[in-house]
This record gives sequence, C-alpha cells and structure tokens, in this order.
Amino acid sequence: MRSKTFRETYREDIRIFQTIWVRFWFVIFAVLLLSLPLWADPYIIYMVNISGIAVIAAIGLNILTGLTGQISLGHAAFVALGAYTSAILASRYEFPFWLAIPIGGISAAFFGILLGFPCLRLKGLYLAMATMSFGVVVEYGVTHWESVTMGVRGISVPSPSLFGYSLGDPNRFFYVTILLVSLLTLTAKNISRSRIGRSFIAIRDRDVAAEVIGVNLTRYKVMAFAISSFYGGIAGGLYSYVTTYLHPENFTLLLSIEYIAMIIVGGLGSILGSIIGAVFLTVMPDIIKGVADFLGRQLPFMQGLYDEEWNVAAFGLLIMIFLIAEPSGLSGIWTRIKTSFRNWPFTY
Amino acid sequence: MDERLVIRPLMQRLSLRQGLIQVWSNSILNESLTYFLQLVISGIAVGSLYALAALGFVLIYKATDIMNFAHGEAMMIGAFLCYALIVAGMPFYLAILLTTAAAIVFGFLTERLVLRPMIGEPQFAVVMVTIGLSIFLRSLSGIVFGHDNKVFPSPFSQTSINFAGLVLSPTHLWAMAISALLVIGFFIFFQYSRQGLAMRGVANDQDTAMLMGISVKRVFALTWGIAFAVAAVAGIFLANVMVLNIGICLVAIKAFPAVILGGLESIPGAIIGGLVIGVLETLVGGYLDQTLPGVKDLTAFVVLFFVLMVRPYGLFGKPEIERV
Repeated sequence: MRSKTFRETYREDIRIFQTIWVRFWFVIFAVLLLSLPLWADPYIIYMVNISGIAVIAAIGLNILTGLTGQISLGHAAFVALGAYTSAILASRYEFPFWLAIPIGGISAAFFGILLGFPCLRLKGLYLAMATMSFGVVVEYGVTHWESVTMGVRGISVPSPSLFGYSLGDPNRFFYVTILLVSLLTLTAKNISRSRIGRSFIAIRDRDVAAEVIGVNLTRYKVMAFAISSFYGGIAGGLYSYVTTYLHPENFTLLLSIEYIAMIIVGGLGSILGSIIGAVFLTVMPDIIKGVADFLGRQLPFMQGLYDEEWNVAAFGLLIMIFLIAEPSGLSGIWTRIKTSFRNWPFTY
Repeated sequence: MDERLVIRPLMQRLSLRQGLIQVWSNSILNESLTYFLQLVISGIAVGSLYALAALGFVLIYKATDIMNFAHGEAMMIGAFLCYALIVAGMPFYLAILLTTAAAIVFGFLTERLVLRPMIGEPQFAVVMVTIGLSIFLRSLSGIVFGHDNKVFPSPFSQTSINFAGLVLSPTHLWAMAISALLVIGFFIFFQYSRQGLAMRGVANDQDTAMLMGISVKRVFALTWGIAFAVAAVAGIFLANVMVLNIGICLVAIKAFPAVILGGLESIPGAIIGGLVIGVLETLVGGYLDQTLPGVKDLTAFVVLFFVLMVRPYGLFGKPEIERV
C-alpha cells in the first residue's frame, strides 16, 4: 500500500489526474454536472452559466497574472471587447453563435497583442497603471461610440441556434458553456504544464534570469497577453449570449478588480484555483443576500439592512484577508487538507 | 455708361466688407485668446486639486515604495467626516483640525492592520491589498454615508473673482495656496528635520536605515499618518469645489497620471504633474467636447499611457536600475 505520493518520473509529476481516486471523483462530478438540467431548478442553471463565464475569464487572467506575473487591471476591457464583437456580429450581421464567440475571442486577442507590445518594457506597478488606462479607454469607447455599440442604450443579442435548433433556453445553452469551460480549462492546464507554461513561470520568477536561460521574453510575454485576452474575449462572447443584453456599465474597473479577487481568493498561478475562486465569488453575493435575509427574519432590527454594497465590501475584504493570511488561496487550503488526509497518520 | 459709376460703389462695398472682416476676425482672435486663457486658468485651478491628491501618493511611495490605491477613499472619508462635524455645528477651522487628527489615527490603523503584515511580500501582493482596501472602504462608506449628493457648507466666499475678464473662484485660490504651502512645508520637513531624514533613509534602503538605528516601523506609521492627513485636506477642498458624494474618490484615479507624469518619488513632480494634467484636461474639454463628448475624462489616461511608453519614471523620477 502506498503511504504517500511518490513519483518516479517527471511525466508522472505533471499528470493531470494524479491518482485513480482523483479520476473517480472527477467522473462523478462530471456526471452530476452534465445531468444538472434534468433535475436542477433554473436558478442553479443560471448560476452555473454565469460561473462558467467567470471561470473562463479568471483562468485567462490567471495565465497572465498568476503564471506570467504581469499585473493586469484591464481584464474587463478584453471581456467587453469579446462581448461587444460577438453581440454586434450576431445582432447586426446575423452570425451564428459558434462563429460569433470565437471571433469575439480572436478580436480580444488581437487587442491583447496590441496592448502587449507596448507593455513589454513595463512591470509591476507601471504595468498595472498601463492596463488600467487601457481599461478606461475601452470603457469610454464602448460608452461613446454609439453608432457601433449603441452606447448607454445597450445592445440586445438574438438567441443562439445551431442548425435551426434553438439554444435560447438556458438549459440548452448550459451545454455550450460547459463544453467551452472544459475545453478551455484543459487547454490552460496543458499550457501550464508544457514548455510554454514553464517559460511563463520563469518570467514570473525572474525575467532577466529567464532571458539568460533562453526564454524569449518578447515572444512569451506577448503570448501571455494574447492567450489571456482570448480567454477574456470568449468569456465576453458567452456573457452576451447568457445575459442577452449588454450595457457599458457591466465592464468597469470594478469588474477587473472582481476577476483579480477571483484569482487571489482561488490561488494565483493555479488553474484549479481560478475555478474555485471564480465559482466562489460568483455565488458569494447570493450567499450574503441569503444570510442577510435570514438574519432580517430572525432579528427585526437587521431588516432591510442588506445593500448591494455589501457584496463589493466583501470582495475587498476577501482580497485583503487572503493576501495577508493565505496567499496561496483556496486551492492552497484544499491541497493542504488533501495532503494531510492522504498522509494520515503522518504529518507529511 | 460711365465705368466709374459702377466700379466705385463696388470698390467701396468691397473695402467696407474687408474692414468688417478685419474687425470680426480681431474680435474672434481676442475672444479665442480670452477663452484659451480662461481654460488654462481653470485648468490650473483643477490641477492644483489633483496636485493636492497626488502629494499623498508621492509621500507614501517615497517612504514605503507602496502605491496606495486607497488614497481616494482616504480623501472621501476625510471630506465626509469634516462635513458631519460642520453639520453638527462645529466651526470650520476646528472641524478641519479634528478631521486631520482623525485622519492621522486612521492612517496609523491602516498601516498597522493592513500594510504591516505585507512587509516583505512581492509588490503585486501589496498593490492588490491596497486595491482591496480601496473597494472595501468605498462600499463601506456607501453604506454608512449614503449615495445622495450633499452640498458642503463652504467657508469660502462663493462670489468669483474677476480679473481682466478671467474668472476664478476663491476656493480654487485657497487650494493653490494650500498646495504651495504644503510643498514648501514638506520640502523643509524632508530636508531639515530628523524625521524627514529618517523617512528618506528608509526610502533609500530599509536595511541600512535599520542599521543606523531608525525604527522602520515607526517611519512607516508616520508616513501613512501624514499622507492620510494630506488626503483629508485634499478631500475637504474637493468637496468644496464639487458636490460631496462617494464619487470624490474617483478624483484620486485622476491623480495617478499626475504622479506618473511627475515621477513617483518627486514632490515637486506631483505638483507639476497635477497642474499639467489639469490644464490639458480642461483644454481638451474646452475644445473637443463638442465633437467627442466625454473625451475630457479620457485625457489623463491617454497621457498616462504615453508617459509610461516614453518615460515610465516620469519627468523628475529616478529611472529604476535593476541588479541581477
């Protein structure tokens, strides 16, 4: 009987499913997830759709910020670019959704490369500033270029259909979301454990040293920007189909900060972390609202105290708490619990 | 028919028209010059407020190497506190003093609870902590103070000063005077006082400063206290000029371009950066707002982006040299 994880080869070390049990639980999880539309109520389906979008965007940001170490305060801009590209293609030129979403991703990636090149010489704080101003510029463009984006009137998106089969029902579009989430998660996982991912990590840890051992900084930094913004764009495209209505107010600096909160709470540089963090922070506002409602019913003086602002305050508080107390995030906690159970009764 | 009869009136009319054009274009020139000067003056007025906001950023960055994204929230909370004190019936000057004192305590607390645990962490984490603090404080203030606009009971005269056709409000003049005073004060503080020297030492090299017997922790706490006090004063002036609401903290985002333009470590740089951003923004607003509505608010960020591309360390900052 094996008492602890013991690996003999590198291939074994980077395997996605480390043990047979991981595979087993994963299959059960997948079956439960795929059968959701059969038994869950519409609210849960909606939450899964929204969480899936957040997962894609968060994975994208994590590739750029967590793996490559390039701070981005403008991720919402890429989501906006993808969302608006898909929405305009779908509503005005009647593109089918399976073309509109990838084109949205590609257009976001194009802008990512465009931003990536001038940002090559910036890092840390300065990069955060540059990406933030990019976010502000995109937000301005989306709000004021009314002939294209409809400005503050918002743009509505036609419901998607595949070869005449309507996917407008969230129960059906659910499978599109799940398919894209799984595909993109697998891609990200493979990127992170391949040569590209190792180059990203080398750049994060010390860019000069990475260049010395032969990592092409220009190429990999721009690549990180492109991949990250592509993910953001795809998330945006999905978002436009799930909510069916886009408004510039959905894509402010606050959204960028929410994505950052997701990867910090989930765990920087970890794909599993992005998933946990994105789902956790998407569900959290409803948990807070539920708790507030419950307290309001129990204690009369708490009634009506709930405010949307509580959610934002919780985002801020979570960012601070995790950075101060648990920098490796929820995925770090998860790994620790898992290892301590696996190695029981030994401590490590 | 005599030729002169036809031509002379025509000539007369032509010359008359030319004269008219002359007069007309003269007045246009005059008017446009006045308009331009008025824009520059209001730009300097707005810029002096940005400069006041930028000053606090530079203070913290200079001593602790942290970019404080929660600075705008410190300004806003200072303004709201002062407003509450005045509404409660306190005279303005006492209210300002009390607010400043409270801001210093608030700065100490922030440093102790949020920033001190982050000493030694990577810069990314520290930046993110201040961003988290910023949205936390902002939404908390939204809950506590509400979202409606309040009119700040201004102690300054509301009649604007008219100087040769250019209009300026006394509040802006006060803001300029206060920022000038603060700059001189900080210059003297950093140049001649023991604490100022200690701050510069810590900014230069924390380990060496510690070896020289400087308490780095105390310097950090002091810096945050002073910076929050400056923020509160800036916030009070902003509330005098604008309406008082949660949106005041967004002015701090405008102060980023000012700080980057001036150079992150330079106090005179912050002032000049603030003024330049203010003037540019007002000029763009005055000339381009008709064609591109709202482009005024974009100016600062476009400037920020280009400064970062061309000269990331700003006009007066030190270029960062990295040792491998």
